[in-house]
Amino acid sequence: MIDIGLGHYLTLGAIIFTIGVVGIFLNRKNIIVILMSIELILLAVNINLVSFSVFLNDLTGQIFTLFILTVAAAEAAIGLAIIVVYYRNSSTIRVEEIDSLKG
Amino acid sequence: MIAHSIFFYTFSIIAIISAIMVTASKNTVHSVFFLILDFISISCLFIMIGAEFLGMIMLIVYVGAVAVLFLFVVMMLNVAQQKNQWFLSSQSSKHIPIGLIISVIIFFELIIVVGGWKYKPDLMTSSNLIINESISNTHSIGNILYTEYIHVFQLSGMILLVAMIGAIILTFRERAGLKRQSYFKQISRERSDSINLVEVENNKGVNIDD
Repeated sequence: MIDIGLGHYLTLGAIIFTIGVVGIFLNRKNIIVILMSIELILLAVNINLVSFSVFLNDLTGQIFTLFILTVAAAEAAIGLAIIVVYYRNSSTIRVEEIDSLKG
Repeated sequence: MIAHSIFFYTFSIIAIISAIMVTASKNTVHSVFFLILDFISISCLFIMIGAEFLGMIMLIVYVGAVAVLFLFVVMMLNVAQQKNQWFLSSQSSKHIPIGLIISVIIFFELIIVVGGWKYKPDLMTSSNLIINESISNTHSIGNILYTEYIHVFQLSGMILLVAMIGAIILTFRERAGLKRQSYFKQISRERSDSINLVEVENNKGVNIDD
């Protein structure tokens, strides 16, 4: 318990990943919060990669964290742009009302 | 070692609580602020275990750029007043148990993987990117990033470029009635179609409307 090892960091990553998944499942109001949950999931992946990298003494994990960071920033920018355009067209971003693909 | 564990538990408890608050808070602006707190505590953890460069980059990229972008969009769209109460909505109550069950299953699968795996015996020696203790973290990442991973690095630059172009094209809106400078019109203008010589009769002047 006192001795912090790899398992502690992986557990922290698992908890944050699960909270992100819960946020995607349970949030029905606001699509921006869903984007934030995706950011949380990517953050959990980053925690896993960095902790493996440090505890296995290998730098590859930190390099890949850098690339995940890049992709996360690009994804947030594109997602928010899509949300802005959608809000401009239909003046709502509530998840319940976005159902035009339902058929 | 005691200090290490105290800091680990402090930062991870702050991170978990703020992650819960991101998904559960009613106001979207509060969610963004809790997201910022989450990123800050996780980057403190990164700095603590020796990945200083990534911790600082996390602060710059996430807190400085992504979270500010989120705040900007939240304030631009005026959704801060839309209440985010998924517990009270009667229509959404039927998918909450299924979502919770799936999340708990995912969590236990992850924990089983963490508890049950073993190192490959020659894993520590097979790596060719071993962390060198004598040079700093930033220095060693730079050594590898610009030599072995240079193509992936440039590719990530292309990803950022495509994201920038996509975001601009998606949100660009042509406004009517905006007077803009046209270089082609300016350059292709000639003397013959812009200057007109008129014979003026004495004491009569010129009617400009002609």
